[in-house]
Amino acid sequence: MSHPASRKSPWLSKAAVNGALLLAVLYMLFPLVWLVTAATKDTGSLLGGDTFSFKGFDLGKNLSDIASYGDGVYFRWYGNSLLYAGVGAVVCSLICVAAGYAFDKYEFRGKEKLFGLVLLGVLVPTTALALPMYLLASKIGIVNTYWSVLIPVLVNPFGVYLSRVFASGYIPNEALEAARIDGAGELRTFFSIGLPMMMPGFVTVFLFQFTAIWNNFFLPLVMLSDRKLFPLSLGLYSWNTNTHSEPSFYPLVVTGSLLAVIPLIVAFVSLQRHWKAGLTAGSVK
Amino acid sequence: MKARTRAAATLLTPFFVLFTAVMLIPIGYAVWLSLFTEQQSGLGFGGSETVFTGLGNYTAALGDRVFRDGFLVLLGYCVFYIPLMVGGALALALLLDSALARAKRFFQLALFLPHAVPGIIAAMIWLYLYTPGLSPVVSAMHSGGIGFDFFSPSGALPSIVNIALWEWLGYNMVIFYAALQAIDRSVLEAATVDGAGGWRTAFSIKLPLIRASVLMVVLFTIIGSLQLFTEPLILNTGSGSAVSSSWTPNMYAYTAAFSRNDFGLAAAASVLLALTAALLSFVVTRLTGRKGKNA
Repeated sequence: MSHPASRKSPWLSKAAVNGALLLAVLYMLFPLVWLVTAATKDTGSLLGGDTFSFKGFDLGKNLSDIASYGDGVYFRWYGNSLLYAGVGAVVCSLICVAAGYAFDKYEFRGKEKLFGLVLLGVLVPTTALALPMYLLASKIGIVNTYWSVLIPVLVNPFGVYLSRVFASGYIPNEALEAARIDGAGELRTFFSIGLPMMMPGFVTVFLFQFTAIWNNFFLPLVMLSDRKLFPLSLGLYSWNTNTHSEPSFYPLVVTGSLLAVIPLIVAFVSLQRHWKAGLTAGSVK
Repeated sequence: MKARTRAAATLLTPFFVLFTAVMLIPIGYAVWLSLFTEQQSGLGFGGSETVFTGLGNYTAALGDRVFRDGFLVLLGYCVFYIPLMVGGALALALLLDSALARAKRFFQLALFLPHAVPGIIAAMIWLYLYTPGLSPVVSAMHSGGIGFDFFSPSGALPSIVNIALWEWLGYNMVIFYAALQAIDRSVLEAATVDGAGGWRTAFSIKLPLIRASVLMVVLFTIIGSLQLFTEPLILNTGSGSAVSSSWTPNMYAYTAAFSRNDFGLAAAASVLLALTAALLSFVVTRLTGRKGKNA
């Protein structure tokens, strides 16, 4: 195969293409590299902008400051984030996969209209819902509880859409027919055959929902006032608002942010197949 | 057959119960709330009472200069951000899809990574990178003779656009790249045989074939842009910032609700924002749908 663009000066074209991509990567990684080096600095060197030297290396003290500040409230926030994102994403993915499976494998009246409603749900600006949700939650008395943050994140219309795509791609109808001939009930077939076959899709929906909940800021900001219930995003934000009067909060925010980012970076690096599958299913269909 | 309908209903029920509870009911409640206002009763002794005001909150919001300015800010933001985002993500995806690119897996991962950073943390990292004294970037620019104030009235918008680009460029690039990878390779080979160069193939074959993905990204980018809140909220805490606490419509609604306790006004502002999103989604789908028929 010949590439006409590369016929003239292959080395130059190749260098230009890869050079442009490399520049983009530098732009993407620069703030992350800054975060890593800044997290190792004491307040003085951090405020001096001396982030890329070895002066004032104090990672150990930053970590112990984080652990001790406010009776270790940071790790409480960490636990809360794990709880909101872990429980929320597992339940949400299960609900999405069940609904997506039903949309793909069953015929019933009004099916496509109902699915259209789901697709409209994808387009709703969710922050516009946070305020009425706050007032509703305060009416039924769950404002400022774990439930007020956990319940709203169980719904993800885009997850249902993805699950339908995955159900049609991963589960051949013959497999279900075989189970029916063997006399398995419909729900049993879903749990013992459909769900395991859709596992890669489940992991994909889980990964995106986990990230969305971990990153969620507006909803907890509206719902929570008790610091003990804060997720990391809200806790770090509250520390950041202190930095003006008290610069010693800067290392806390920076180091705390680094620790908050690590689990997601690890997840995205190790589950590359799954997020690519999710974005592919979302883009091609 | 009956067993299957029952199974479908069972599997769909959890989703639709929650969907009703956290989407449909709040939408309805927001509309309902927006029709009422709190009024001081009597001489202000008995506290306040809720009275029906019809479209009063809507006229109040639309009559408020601060709210209208918020939409102007959004307009400026979209005009600036959307072409940069969509164009940038497309350019990167096409570069990565070209036969000349190396280490594709690495590039894809590295460009996507900012998406793993929570928006609030991304905004704080960039806030620090914009803050003179803290930031190695500002001091490097300063020693290079460039004095740019990221928080000034003219600097705030580009500062926020940059944060949003950093968060979403790689994510959208991967969507485009996935769509490009799905193009039938024989089509591209035919183009090469016909003598089409890399540029020609990119613009006349690849781009038209991934129109559906471009439409989807444009839609989601518009909806995301309308909800602009976190990044300006963080820049608002920066010292001497030009970003006010009601800078965008979403911030306006938040401030109305939680600083002034005017929930009717806040609900009206939220409803107007959601209507704008619906209208724009409709326009974008329509416009691109018509073009598609001619192509």
